[in-house]
Amino acid sequence: MSEHALEVEGLRKSFGAHVAVDDVSFSLPPGGSLSIVGESGSGKTTTARMLVGLERPDAGRIRVGGRDRSDAARGKATRLARAREIQMVFQDPYLSLDPRVTVAACVEEPLRLHFALTTQERRARRDELLARVGLGEREADALPRRLSGGQRQRVAIARALATEPKVLILDEATAALDVSIQAQILDLLAEIRRDTGVGYLFVTHNLALVRHIADDILVLYQGRVVESGPTREVLAAPEHPYTRLLLHSVPRPGWDPARIAADRRALAAALGQPPLQHDPATRSVTK
Amino acid sequence: MTALPIHRRKILAPLTRLAGGDKLVTAALAVLVVLIIAAVFAPLIAPHDPEAIDLSATLSGLTPDHLLGTDQSGRDILSRMLYGAQTGLLGPLLVVVISTVLGTLLGVSAAWLGGAVDALLSRMMDLVFSFPALLLAITLVAVFGVGLTAPVIAMSVAYAPYVGRLARSVALQEMTRPYIQAYRVQGWSGWAICLRHLLPNIVPLILAQSAINFGYALMDLAALSFLGFGVQPPAADWGAMVNEGAGAMLQGAMLPALAPGAIIVITVVAFSMVGEAIADRVALREN
Amino acid sequence: MPRHLLEVENLTVRLAAGKAARPILDGVSLHVAQGETVGLVGESGSGKSVTCRSVLGLFPEGAEADGSLRVDGNDVLTMPSARLRELRRRDVSMIFQDPRASINPIRRIGDYVTEGMRAGGVSRDLALKRAEELLESVGIRDSHAALRRYPHEFSGGMLQRVMIAGALAGEPRLLLADEPTTALDVTTQAEVISILTGLRTERAMAMLFVTHDLELAAAICDRIYVMYAGRIVEVQSAEGLFNRPRHPYTMGLLAATPRLDADRPRGVPGRPVSLADALTGCAFAARCAHARPRCGEQEPVPQVIDDAQVACLRAEELFDE
Repeated sequence: MSEHALEVEGLRKSFGAHVAVDDVSFSLPPGGSLSIVGESGSGKTTTARMLVGLERPDAGRIRVGGRDRSDAARGKATRLARAREIQMVFQDPYLSLDPRVTVAACVEEPLRLHFALTTQERRARRDELLARVGLGEREADALPRRLSGGQRQRVAIARALATEPKVLILDEATAALDVSIQAQILDLLAEIRRDTGVGYLFVTHNLALVRHIADDILVLYQGRVVESGPTREVLAAPEHPYTRLLLHSVPRPGWDPARIAADRRALAAALGQPPLQHDPATRSVTK
Repeated sequence: MTALPIHRRKILAPLTRLAGGDKLVTAALAVLVVLIIAAVFAPLIAPHDPEAIDLSATLSGLTPDHLLGTDQSGRDILSRMLYGAQTGLLGPLLVVVISTVLGTLLGVSAAWLGGAVDALLSRMMDLVFSFPALLLAITLVAVFGVGLTAPVIAMSVAYAPYVGRLARSVALQEMTRPYIQAYRVQGWSGWAICLRHLLPNIVPLILAQSAINFGYALMDLAALSFLGFGVQPPAADWGAMVNEGAGAMLQGAMLPALAPGAIIVITVVAFSMVGEAIADRVALREN
Repeated sequence: MPRHLLEVENLTVRLAAGKAARPILDGVSLHVAQGETVGLVGESGSGKSVTCRSVLGLFPEGAEADGSLRVDGNDVLTMPSARLRELRRRDVSMIFQDPRASINPIRRIGDYVTEGMRAGGVSRDLALKRAEELLESVGIRDSHAALRRYPHEFSGGMLQRVMIAGALAGEPRLLLADEPTTALDVTTQAEVISILTGLRTERAMAMLFVTHDLELAAAICDRIYVMYAGRIVEVQSAEGLFNRPRHPYTMGLLAATPRLDADRPRGVPGRPVSLADALTGCAFAARCAHARPRCGEQEPVPQVIDDAQVACLRAEELFDE
C-alpha cells in the first residue's frame, strides 16, 4: 500500500465547554480528492484550520507524507517545511488577498520565501503560475480590487500552488462565486490535480458539488464523523440519517422542504441534541 | 482652465482629492494652509515685533496700524497671533507624531501578541487613560520646568492610549481577515506579516484619528499655556494670550482674549474636519 | 385584463453620471399576481437585487429611474414619501440575505418585530402579543422568552426566521425575498424555505424570490425571470425552464449548476458584464457559444415562443436545432 499524502488520527478540539471536533480520523492518498461535508458547527472548518496550523489540536495526530505536524512549529525551517506540505484557499476571495499587494507580488511572495531563485527565475515561475490559473500580464499588474471574484480566487489558487504543496485545502472555495464562474474554477482545479498530482481536501456543505469533485467523502455532524467512504457509494446509498438529510436538502424539482425540516428535527431529537437555537460554533473563532 | 503652473497643480492634487468637492472640507484645508504659511513666514509678514511693548498704545482697538488692536502692554495682537501659530502648530504636531508612534506600537503589539501581553498593555493604557492629562502635565512641569517640553511629553503620553486603543481594535479586526491567515499558512513569521501586511493596512485609519487628535492636542496645550504651565511670556502663544487678555476684558477690551480664542476654535474645528474627511476617504477605499 | 399586484413596466435605472457605463436596469418588465411566487434569477451584477429593492422605492444614491412600477395600481416611482412609508409598512415587506447585518444588534427581538406595528399605531401590548404569535409561526420555540432576547443569542438560521416574522408583522400582500437563504446551510435553507412556502399557502401572500440558485427557484416558484446585465432574458414556468430553456444564457446557467443526478457542471466562458462595460447588441453575445456577428450589433427584443418569453435574436433557429 502506498504512503498516504495526509493522515489524520483522533483529532480533537474544544473551545471552552463546546467540543468542536471530536475524534476525527481520515486519510488522503497522494493526488486524491476528499470532501469534508457538514453544516456550520459541524467542525469541518475547525478541522481544516488545524490541518494548516491555524488552530492547535487538543489531541490527535496529523501527518503529511509520514511527517508529523501536530505540535506547534518550532523554528523557521519547520514552519517553511510545513507550508510546503499543505496550502489553503479560503472562502471569501474579497478578504483573502492583501488589498495593497498586486497580483504579481502576491504570487512572488511565497516564491521568495521558499525558494532561492534569481529575480528572472522567480518572475518566470510567477508568470507560469499565473498562466496556469488563466491569468495574464494585465491582471498581474492589478491590485485585487480591480479583479472579479473569480479572478481573485484564481490568484489565491496560484499563490497556494507556489509552494508546491502535497495537499491543497479548499475551504468553501467556490461558495462565494457565481455559478457560471464556479464551474470554471472546478474545471481549473480538476486540470491542476491531473497535471501536478496535488491532493485536494474540499470543505463544503453542498453535496451536489461533492459528487463532481471528490473521490471520497467524510460527513461530519456535531464534530463527529458519521459516515465516510467513496463518494459514489455514499451518495447512492447513504447509511446515516444525517447524510440522507443532507442529500435531501439539495434543492431540485420535486423538493419537499417541509419534510426536510421535519426530518432535521427528528434527527436532532434522536441524537439527543435539541435543535440549536443558539449555536456556539457559528461564532467566528479566531486566534 | 486655471492658470496654475503644472508643478503647483501636482502639489494641490491630493488636497483637492481629499476635499472631494465638499465646501466645508475645502474651507478647512484652506484654513490649515493659511495657518501653516502664517507660522512659517511670521517673521516676514508680521507688521510688528510681537514682543515690542508700546505703553503709549495699550488696548488701542482696531486701527490701521494695529489691525487687531493691541493688548494691555501695547503689543500688536495680529503679530502675536502670527508668531503664536509657530508654537501653536509645532506643539500639537510633536504630540501627534509621538503619540501616534507610541500608540500604534502599543496597540498593535497588544493585538498581535495577545494573551498576557495584551492584558498587560491594555491595563497600562487604561491606567494612563484614567489619569487626568492636565494633572500629568502639571506633574511633569514640576520635573522639567515650564516651557514646551513638559506639556508635549505629558500630552504625548496622555494621547497614546487613544491611538493605542484604536490601533488595537482595528488590528484585531484586520487580523481575522483571511489574508493575514493566508500569510501564516504560507510560512511567514509573525513579525513579517505584522509589519508588511497588517500595519500598512491599518495605518491610514490610525492617521485619520491622529489628524483629529491634532485639534484636541492644540486645545489642551493652549489650556496649559493659559494656566501658565506652557510657553512662558513674553513669547507669543495663543493660550497664554487668552490668559493675558482676560484682564483686559474687565476694561471692556474684548479682542486681546477673543482673537486668540477664536483662532484656537477655528484651528481645532479645521483639523477635526480634515481628520473626518481622511477617515471617510479611508472607509470609502475599504469597500 | 386582470390587474396584477405588482406590475413593472420597462423599468430603467441609471446610476449617477460617471459611475457606470450602462444602466443597472435596462427595460425590466415583470409582474406578480396575488398569491403567486415569482423567481428572479441571475448572477452578480445582473440587477436582480436592484429590481427587488426598487419595488420599495429604494434606489442607489443619485440614480434615475424611468418606466413604471405599480403596486396594486399605485405607481411607486411617483409616490409621495408618506405614502411610500405606508407602502413599506403595510403592503410590501422585504427580507434580506444577511439577517445579522439587517437587524439592529443592540435592540431586543421583540422591539425588532413590533417596531412596524408600533409605528402604525398599534398598542404596545397588542403588538407584543402579535409578535409572539408571529415568532411562533416561524418556528421559534418559547417565543415569549425570545421577545426579550438579543440578536447575538440566535444562530443565523434562527435570526432569519426572526426577520421573516418582522416582515410579516404588517400582514403584507407581497413579500420580497432577496437571497434569503444564501448565507445558510443547505439543511437550514430547507427549513427557512418550508416556512416561506407554508406562509404563502396560509396567507395567500405573493412573493418575489430573488436568488442566484436556479434549482432553488425552480423548486418553489411558479414562474421564473432570468436576468443578465440588467435585462430580462427569459421568462418561463419553472418546469418549462428546466425542460426547454430557450435563452443560451439560461442553458449555460443550467449546465453550470452542479447537480446530484447530472454530468459535471460546465462553466460559462468569460466573465459577467461589469458596470464599466458599455453594451451594444445582446449583453450575453461575448460569452455565447451560439453568437453570430449580428448579436453584437442588434439588441434583441423579447419574443414569445410557445409559453416562454425570450430575448435572443436566434431563439427560433436555436429551438429548431
